[in-house]
Parts: sequence; structure tokens; C-alpha cells
Amino acid sequence: MARTITYREAINEALAQEMERDESVIVMGEDNAGGEGSPGEMDAWGGVLGVTKGLYHRFPGRVLDTPISESAFIGAAIGAATAGMRPVAELMFVDFMGVCFDQIYNQAAKFRYMFGGKAVTPVVIRTMYGAGLRAAAQHSQCLYPLFTHIPGLKVVVPATPYDAKGLLTQAIRDDDPVMFFEHKALYDLAGPVPEEGYALPFGEANVVREGGDVTIVTLGRMVHTSLEAAGQLAGAGVQCEVIDLRTTSPLDEDTVLESVEGTGRLVVVDEAHPRCSMATDISALVARKAFGALRAPIETVTAPHTPVPFSNTLEDLYVPDAQRIANAVKAVAEWTR
Amino acid sequence: MTETAERKALTREQLLSAYRIMRAIREFEERVHAEFATGEIPGFVHLYAGEEASAVGVCSNLDDRDTIASTHRGHGHCIAKGVDVGEMMAEIYGRKTGSCHGKGGSMHIADLSKGMLGANGIVGGGPPLICGTALAAKIKGTGGVGVAFFGDGASNQGTTLEAMNLASVWNLPAIFVAENNGYAETTSSTWSVASDNIADRAAGFGMPGVIIDGFDFFAVHEAASEAIARAREGGGPTLLEMKFTRYFGHFEGDQQTYRAGEVEHARAELDCLKRFAARTTETGELTQSDLDAIDAEVAAATDRAVMEAKAAPLPTEADLLTDVYVRY
Repeated sequence: MARTITYREAINEALAQEMERDESVIVMGEDNAGGEGSPGEMDAWGGVLGVTKGLYHRFPGRVLDTPISESAFIGAAIGAATAGMRPVAELMFVDFMGVCFDQIYNQAAKFRYMFGGKAVTPVVIRTMYGAGLRAAAQHSQCLYPLFTHIPGLKVVVPATPYDAKGLLTQAIRDDDPVMFFEHKALYDLAGPVPEEGYALPFGEANVVREGGDVTIVTLGRMVHTSLEAAGQLAGAGVQCEVIDLRTTSPLDEDTVLESVEGTGRLVVVDEAHPRCSMATDISALVARKAFGALRAPIETVTAPHTPVPFSNTLEDLYVPDAQRIANAVKAVAEWTR
Repeated sequence: MTETAERKALTREQLLSAYRIMRAIREFEERVHAEFATGEIPGFVHLYAGEEASAVGVCSNLDDRDTIASTHRGHGHCIAKGVDVGEMMAEIYGRKTGSCHGKGGSMHIADLSKGMLGANGIVGGGPPLICGTALAAKIKGTGGVGVAFFGDGASNQGTTLEAMNLASVWNLPAIFVAENNGYAETTSSTWSVASDNIADRAAGFGMPGVIIDGFDFFAVHEAASEAIARAREGGGPTLLEMKFTRYFGHFEGDQQTYRAGEVEHARAELDCLKRFAARTTETGELTQSDLDAIDAEVAAATDRAVMEAKAAPLPTEADLLTDVYVRY
């Protein structure tokens, strides 16, 4: 039965239910417990995000604290995955990938191929991304395009509590390495989530709003911003179809192409930087495979090609908002040759 | 423990096996060296000849519960952990019948069914992974250990240092084997390693550090045996430093202008196979004919591996896109 819980609670519930179901599932990350020997309450934080709170005592020995030592513990999660465990490691902010990327993209991602199909590495790396908390340049990036680029990794970017639980459950059960991106501004978002465990398949986008005039392809937090824009536009007579990609690798090309075949107009909305991104990837996909259907140039709405700024005024300008999306949609809707 | 007492602790079968595996590695590497010069082997190869006592001295203490991670100079570790020599040679030739079906090559030979988590093209790539396999063994209570082999170059990588810290913090059954062959590529470890010995760094991570004559199988075996037994019993990690020399260049084709005379001296005076043979025949534990028989058997097996590798099919276009994911 579905109740209303938050994105954070949905993630915690998926972890707990999968740990209950499968004893090879273990969790590791910084500040999960506070380190043995701390004078205060063990599990005080449950990770800096509070996502793993409650698991430490419920699953003794299976929730591991780590030093701030991402190369070592992300690598350890990967190594344990090759040895029969299903580790879920928390890389606190995705921005910290810079200190441990080798273990992810040269080790985990490549084992299966370079060992001739003989390795199975069922590791999940959960990580927080995105702007909105005034956390500035090194704690606010949307780096999923970098991981999407790497063959061997799967990349998941859930937008709702329901998707967060179902996609994380699938990530844990999946036999390939999965990068699981949680937007820091979504943790308190509440929505209906079934109590029982369920897995949502990867590579299946979600049409979150139907409409015949313009297709908006988006993901993560921008799903909500796009829906806000679509609501405004409906009042102005423009009907948007909003597609939430849910996973960037694998990518559901069919849902995108089918929608554009119907609307002939595409706006891609992505909080990531504009170059070599999902915005350019989806644009290229549609230009190559649905060229004949296009009735207007493809438009993209993204963050600018700058680091994430700190000051409120600048960060608000940096993140795409509903007005910018609406302007882009209007431009393609009104475009004539 | 005296040298004699330690040697008495090894059975005849163990001695024969140790010699056979060290000889197999030497023969494999000498042969790859010769075949590489003909131009038939693609890519880069980094040979382990000279260092055999390390791989075999450590791995002769391991069993199926245990995992190892290796380096770009990984052939010796693979053979010592039981990877099939024929499949390895085929892999080096890029053949479909190779350990990795021709998709890995010399720097990525792996056989997870044997607990061999791969040679590794990234210097310092292995130690964090071994924390994971050791953690899995600890959680599952198998009594298994994880062993990370790495070179003097990797002893300066953050991944290696972080992994040693984590292994101590988590009290893991992990062994760190620093194979200090004197040069990271062309750069002397006397310059690049700021401490006098790599083993000295163990103190900074709260674990024992042991310096070992890497040419001496018995010294390696004894030190590894003690460290591995401690790890299996929950006593935590150990850092072992092997000091020795590699007989070939960093890679095949390296003119080795950065060193002179060392290899000739090591081959003549320090060689692990010569010393092993001298000691075991002096004590009468093995005879020269035992060793000669192994030499002949290994040479024939290596010949066969090369012949079969050369005759084996190459991968085809159909193989290009397979095995990226379990399911996508």
C-alpha cells in the first residue's frame, strides 16, 4: 500500500528492504555511524545526508563506517562486489569523484569486458548531486554525463520518491556497476511510495505529462521544473509532453523518438553543463533518428558553461528555471521557416 | 626460525611445486621476451623474470578462499595463483582462446574463478580492491585473505596508502606486498620513495612491515606464511617489502639506459631459481634429476602454449560488442 514518504525515506526503505531480503547487501560510507569509539550516539548522522539513519543498529556488521578516503572505500566496495557481496557505497558528493574516479571507470566499469565476460561486479555507488543549497563550485555539480560516457556503467537519476525506491532496488539487484544520482534538493520531496519492495527496470523513460505540441526531455530535479513550465504553458495554449529519462545509461531512445515523431518539436532540459551532456546527446539522437519529423530547431535549456556560483543571486541565475524553459518551448512552438 | 628449520617445514611435494611454478614463470617470461622480439605479440608486455620468489613464496601460502590483485607486471602472479598458462599465452597473443578472449591482453589477465582479480594497467589500482575482497572474506567468515601485489612506483600512490589505512581501520585480512625492483619505469626507487624502505611506511598505518630478500624463496615464504596466518586469525594486515631486481626492462623494448650491471650480477649471484636449487640439493631434499625433470616438463608446456596460441583463432567482429554488461 502506498503512503506518502520523502525521497530520503524512500531511499532508506529500499536499502533496508534489500538488506533484509539479501544478506550479501552491505552499506558503506562516510559518517554512517560516526566511527567505533566515538563518545556520542552511534549512527548519530546516518551519513551526512541522513539517508542511512537507522540501518546501523538494524543490520549489525553490515553498515560500515569509512575514513574520508574515497579511493580506498569505493575501491573496496568494487572489490567486495567481485567477491560475492552487493555493496552500496555512498560517495557523499559526486564532486568528490575526482579523488576516486579511477576505481569506478578504470576498474569497476571495465572488469567485465577486459576480463572476457568472466567478472560480475554488482556494486552501487549512491551520490548526491546538483545545485540549490548554496554549496558552491565543489559541492553542486551534475556530473552524470561523465559517467554516462563510460561503457560498463549504468547511470540512474531518479526524480521522485517512487522512482528513487524502485530504481535503487533495481540497482542493488542488478549485476552491473550502477551510479545512483540523488539530487540534494529533492531529499525532502514527498510522494506516494508503496510499502512493499519493487524494482523499476532501467532504460524505461517515464512520460510524466502528455501533450501534442512540444516534447520536453529532462531528468532529475529538472523534471519538476519542466512540469511547472508545462503547467504555465498549458494556460497559454501550448501542450507539452514531458519525458523523464530516469536512467541515462541505458537510455530509452524509443520513448524520446516516438514523442518527437508526434510533436515535431523538442526542448531538452538539463541542470548539467551544456557541452557533451544529456542535452547534446538527446539533441543528436533526435537529429539523427527523427530528422524528418522535426518542424523546428531543437532547443536546449541547461546550466551555463561555468562552475556553480555561490551567491544566491548567481546560483539562481545558474539553475534553469520554469521561465527559461517556457521561453524555449514558446520559441520552438512559434518557430516558422 | 632458522633457515634449516623452515625448510624442513616444507614437504617434498611443496618444494617440487614451488620450483615448478617459479620455473614456469621464468620460462614463460623468457619465452615471451624472445617471441616479442619477432613482432608477433601486440601491445605492451612487462616481464616478471627475476621476481619469481615473491609471487610463489606468497601464493604458495594461499588457497581457493584467497584473492590476489596484481600489477602491469602480472604474469608471475597469475601463474602463481593457478591461471592456465596456455590461456595466458593465448591472451598475450590476442586470441579468442585467451584468458580474457583477447579483450584484455597482458596487462589485464584475470581469472576470478582462481581468485586472481586481474593484472592492472593502473599503478596502484589493486590495493583498494583487495580491501574489498578481504572485507567479503571477513563478513562471510571464510578465513580467506586478500593480497595486493604492487611495485615501488605504486607505493607512492594515494590509493595504496589509503588502502593500507582502511585495511587497518577495518582490521582486514589483507596483505600488502611491495615488490621493490628498484625502478618505477626508469626512475630509481632510491629517489622516488622518500622513506628508506617501503616497509617503514607500515608503522604509519599501524601494521607490521617486513623487509625481505626477494630473491630468497624461503625468506619470502616464511614471512608471508606468518603474515597470512595472522590475517586469517583476525590479526589484521601486514606490509611485506621484497627487495630485488627485474631481469628485463620496464617493458619489452626498453633499452634500460638508466641502469648498468645489476641484472648480470643478479642473474649470476642472486637468482632465486639457482639459490633454490642449490639449497634443496645441498640438503638432499631434492635431487638435480628432480629439477631437471621439472625444467624439461615446463619447457615443453611453454612450447605447447606458444604453438597453440599462434594457431588459435583471433576474435571476430561479433566479439567486439559483447560482455560490456551482464545485461543492458
